[in-house]
Amino acid sequence: METVSLNNVKVSESPEGIEGAGFFATSLEKAVGLARKNSIWPLPFATSCCGIEFMATMGSHYDLARFGSERLSFSPRQADLLMVMGTIAKKMGPILRQVYEQMAEPRWVLSVGACASSGGIFDTYSVLQGIDRIIPVDVYVPGCPPRPEQIIDGILNIQKLVESESLRRRDSAEYKAMLNKYGIE
Amino acid sequence: MEEISTEESIITVLKEKFADEIVTIESPYNFLTVTLKADRIIEIIRFLYDQEKYQYLTTLSGIHYPDLKSIVVMYQLHNLSQNKRIRLKIYLPEDKPSVPTLTTVFPAANWMERETYDFFGVNFEGHPNLIRILNVEEMTIFPLRKEYPLEDQTREDKNNQMFGR
Repeated sequence: METVSLNNVKVSESPEGIEGAGFFATSLEKAVGLARKNSIWPLPFATSCCGIEFMATMGSHYDLARFGSERLSFSPRQADLLMVMGTIAKKMGPILRQVYEQMAEPRWVLSVGACASSGGIFDTYSVLQGIDRIIPVDVYVPGCPPRPEQIIDGILNIQKLVESESLRRRDSAEYKAMLNKYGIE
Repeated sequence: MEEISTEESIITVLKEKFADEIVTIESPYNFLTVTLKADRIIEIIRFLYDQEKYQYLTTLSGIHYPDLKSIVVMYQLHNLSQNKRIRLKIYLPEDKPSVPTLTTVFPAANWMERETYDFFGVNFEGHPNLIRILNVEEMTIFPLRKEYPLEDQTREDKNNQMFGR
């Protein structure tokens, strides 16, 4: 049996820093960003066909695990990323919002597909015209439904945000003001 | 019409017992449809249940006819032992549609009547819990009435050009 050596395991590139014999120095922010970026625990909030595309994304063919997100969290309290996939009816709105409020900071939101992002074709009395009317959204994925490649692209964009986010952002007055705009906290 | 022949017995019985209540009898797409006056509808369904074994309530729903200024409540019953079906329609005035609840005969009518109330605003007198079932509680309209446009009028971000309006 072939033994796995470190040589054929792909390791994330190290962040910018000062390197010398036997040491490597970088900022804490960059180290934390690197760790967070590659171990995002998503919470799938799937209500319709975008959720089916997400199943393909999680499956062996597209394999979201390659990006460090193999562990889905079905508890919002342990999730980093809320993935909203599908039509959100107005009656579902308060439930989605409660799920978001239950998530611990830092938390990110990915809006997958036309319905979650804008209501999509459902320009009608019973459908929420985009989840950004009730919770803040970090990345929007267009498509009806988007292909798994597009969902992965969305996750990669979330990863860019996660990697580069300042450790103090969530304590800032701007962030609190942004949440207050949505009536949260 | 020939199609009616299989249903003849029940028509005869209805005509005998409730001649004054019957408005029309049709058979569109081979489905016996009896339009009735609204007053004794529960009594008639109770009779069909007890005497004619129409003991399964397939569905109950509303229809809005803005031209007739009417809301129709439509009941579909199924006689499972003989595999016979019947549809009953009653016309109610649009401005104040009200009819006694069917839950006294079919407990299954509970949610169907709530749905009909939710979408058409039909008041089912004596219903144990006549509140909205599918729409948000804050809703003030009965959305399947045809006086309301389908599109969400509360949107602020509409770009009419993009919607072809």
